[in-house]
Amino acid sequence: MGIAFESLVTAPQLPSRLACDDNQTGTHLPPRAGFLNGVIVPEQPGKNAIEVRGVRKVFGTGENQVAALDTVSVSIRENEFFTLLGPSGCGKTTLLRLIAGFDFPTAGEILLHGQDIAPLPPFKRPVNTVFQSYALFPHMTVAENIGFGLEMLGKPKAEIEARVAQMLKLVKMEALKARRTSQISGGQQQRVALARALAPQPKVLLLDEPLSALDYKLRKEMQIELKRLQHETGITFIFVTHDQEEALTMSDRIAVMSAGKILQVGAPRDIYDRPAERFVADFIGETNFIKGTVVSKKPGVATVKFASDATIAAGYPEGFDPSGAVTLVVRPEHADLVPDPAKGTIAGTLSNIVYFGTDTHYHVKVDGGDDFIVRHQNSRSSPVTYETGAKVGILFEEDAARVLKD
Amino acid sequence: MAATLSQAALFEAQAVKATARRNRLLSLPALVIIGTFGVLPLLIICVYSFLAAAPYGGVRWQFSTDAYLNFLFQRDIFDDTLQFTPDFLVIYLRSFLFAVVTTIICLLLGFPTAYFMATRPPAQRNWWVLLITIPFWSNLLVRTLAIMFIIRDEGLINNALMALGVIDKPITMLYTNFAIQLGLLYAFLPFMVLPLYSSLEKLDFRLVEAANDLYATRRQVLWRIIIPLSKPGIIAGCLLVFIPALGAYVTPLILGGGIHLMIGDLIAQQFGSGRNWPLGCAQALILMAAVLVALYFYVRNTSGKMQHG
Repeated sequence: MGIAFESLVTAPQLPSRLACDDNQTGTHLPPRAGFLNGVIVPEQPGKNAIEVRGVRKVFGTGENQVAALDTVSVSIRENEFFTLLGPSGCGKTTLLRLIAGFDFPTAGEILLHGQDIAPLPPFKRPVNTVFQSYALFPHMTVAENIGFGLEMLGKPKAEIEARVAQMLKLVKMEALKARRTSQISGGQQQRVALARALAPQPKVLLLDEPLSALDYKLRKEMQIELKRLQHETGITFIFVTHDQEEALTMSDRIAVMSAGKILQVGAPRDIYDRPAERFVADFIGETNFIKGTVVSKKPGVATVKFASDATIAAGYPEGFDPSGAVTLVVRPEHADLVPDPAKGTIAGTLSNIVYFGTDTHYHVKVDGGDDFIVRHQNSRSSPVTYETGAKVGILFEEDAARVLKD
Repeated sequence: MAATLSQAALFEAQAVKATARRNRLLSLPALVIIGTFGVLPLLIICVYSFLAAAPYGGVRWQFSTDAYLNFLFQRDIFDDTLQFTPDFLVIYLRSFLFAVVTTIICLLLGFPTAYFMATRPPAQRNWWVLLITIPFWSNLLVRTLAIMFIIRDEGLINNALMALGVIDKPITMLYTNFAIQLGLLYAFLPFMVLPLYSSLEKLDFRLVEAANDLYATRRQVLWRIIIPLSKPGIIAGCLLVFIPALGAYVTPLILGGGIHLMIGDLIAQQFGSGRNWPLGCAQALILMAAVLVALYFYVRNTSGKMQHG
C-alpha cells in the first residue's frame, strides 16, 4: 500500500507554464486562439487520465435501493477540461465523489493512469477536489489552507512556503494570505479553494459545481479564470455542473448525464448540433420538437413526412433505427422564417413575436399542431417585418433536423 | 425645513433614550436575581471570613484575619506562636489532583462518545442525548449510594468475582481514593459529553472530507481539523467538569467515608462540627480565587492556541 501510495502521490514536475511569469499575472489572459470555445481541441486519442469502467453505485439497502450510477463507463483524457453535465440527481456528483474517494463503487473500477484507485481512501489518491461549499478550514489562514495538502504530504517547510507563494500569485490572492477564510468574500474563497486544491499538483482536479454560489458577473469572470488555470497548470479538470451554458463555453468535452447514466460524450458542438437523444437535445439549449412519420431511410438519413405532407431528410444517431411515428428536433436558430408559406420546409401561423434585444423569437403554430420557435438574430437591416397571425413558412437549414430516440 | 429636521432629530434622540430606558428596565429582573443569589451571598462570605469565630458557630462582629492565618498556620496554645501546618493545603492539592484526573479521564471518555453521537443520523441523535441525560433524572445522592452498594466488600463486584472464583477475599474499593475517583467520573461525565456533543454536532463534516482529500490521514484529520474546531466544546466541558469536581461534596463524603477529605467536605465541616464559620468562609474564598487563577491561565492558553490553529 505504502509503495503504491508513493508512486501515485509523487506528482510529475509542474509544467513550466505554471511558473507564472509576470506578464501572465497582470490581468486576465487574452484567450488564446479559440481556447474558450472548446471546439478547437483536437479529437486525437490522447492518454487517458481517468478511466471509469462499468461503475455502479447503489445507495440504500433492500427495497429502498437507489442506483445513483447505473453501469457508467467513460474515459477522460489527460489535460482535458471534462464536464459532467446533468440535472440535479443525475449522478454527476456521485461519479465525482467516487473518483475523489469519498464513496466507493458498488461495482466496476476507476483507473487513474491505468491503476485501479477505486479501493483507495481519498488521502491516497493524487486527486484533489474543489467543493461546492469550498470547505475552507475556518481555523486557518488563507496561506495555511493552501499549504495544508503539502503539509499532510510531509513536504519540507521551505518547499511548502515557496509553493504557497506561487499559488497565491496564481490566483492573485497574495495580499490576503494572512486573512482568515471567514474574512474574505465568496469570490476570494473560491480562489483560495482552487489554490488549495491545485497546490499539491494533483493529476486530476475535481470541481463540484464550484461556481454555483457566485453571482452572475463573478461567475463569468471565474469561468475565464478556471480556463486560464487549467491552461497554465496543464492539469486534467473534471467539472460538474447543471448549467448547460457553463458546460458549453468551458469544456473540451462534455458528458451529459441523466438518471444515473451517461447519455452522450462529445465536444460541445457535437453535443449541441448532434444530440444523441431527445433528453440531450432538450436539456442543452432550446429545441423544437415536431412530430412526423418515417417513410423511407438509408444509413444515417431518414425521410420524414409531416402532417402537412411535406417531407424532409433528417439525420439520426448511430445505433438508432427510426421507424413509424417519430419526433424531429430542430434548433430555433437552425431555421428561418420566409414570408411565402409554400417556400418553407413546413408552414404555419405566426402566433407571437418576442423581442430579446440581440435576437427575436418567432412563435409559429405549425400546420398539424406543433409549436415551433424560430430564433432570428437582429440586425440593422431586417428586410422583412412579420405580423402576428400571418401565414409563414419555416425554412430549415441543411442537416438542421434530426430524428432522436425519445 | 430646518425646523422640521431638528425636530426629527429631537424625536429620534428621545426615541433612543426611551429605548435605552426600556432596556434598563427589562434587565432589572435579571440584575435582581444575580444580585440576590449571586453577589449578596458572596459579599456575606467575604465579610464573614474577616470576622472572629463565635464558640458555638456563627460569628463575633470583630475584625480578624485569623481565618486566613489558620488556613496555613496553627497558633500554639501555650506560647502563642504560629506554626506552619500544611493539612489544609494537602487537602486542597489532593482535591485539585482529583479534579484534574477527573477532567482528563472525562475528556478521554467523553470525546469519542460525543463524536459517536454527533455522527449518528439526525433522527437518532436526540435519543442518544436523552440516554446521556437519564442519570440526571435521579438524585446524585441516590446514585452515589448505589455505587457504594456496587463496590463495597459484599457488593455486586466482589460477590460476582468471588462466585466466579477469580478472587477469594474481597477487594477493598469503598472508602479509598479509587472510590472517590470513580464516583467523580460517574457524576461528571455527562457534563463533559453534552458540551462536546453540541460542538461536534455543529462541525461541518465536509471539512473532514476536504482534509481527507488533501492527503490528511484519519489521525491527522482528528488533530488538525476536528479537535481545533471543537475547542469551544472542549473548553466548556473541561470547565463544567473541573470546577464542580474541585468542590465536590457528596461523592467524596460517601465514597471516601470521610477519611479522604476533599475541599467540599472540609468547608462543610467548618460550618458543622468545626464551628468555625470564618474559616469555612475563608476556605471557600481561597478555593474560588484558586479556580479563577487556574481559569485565567487555562482560557488564555487554549484561546491562544485556537488563534494559531
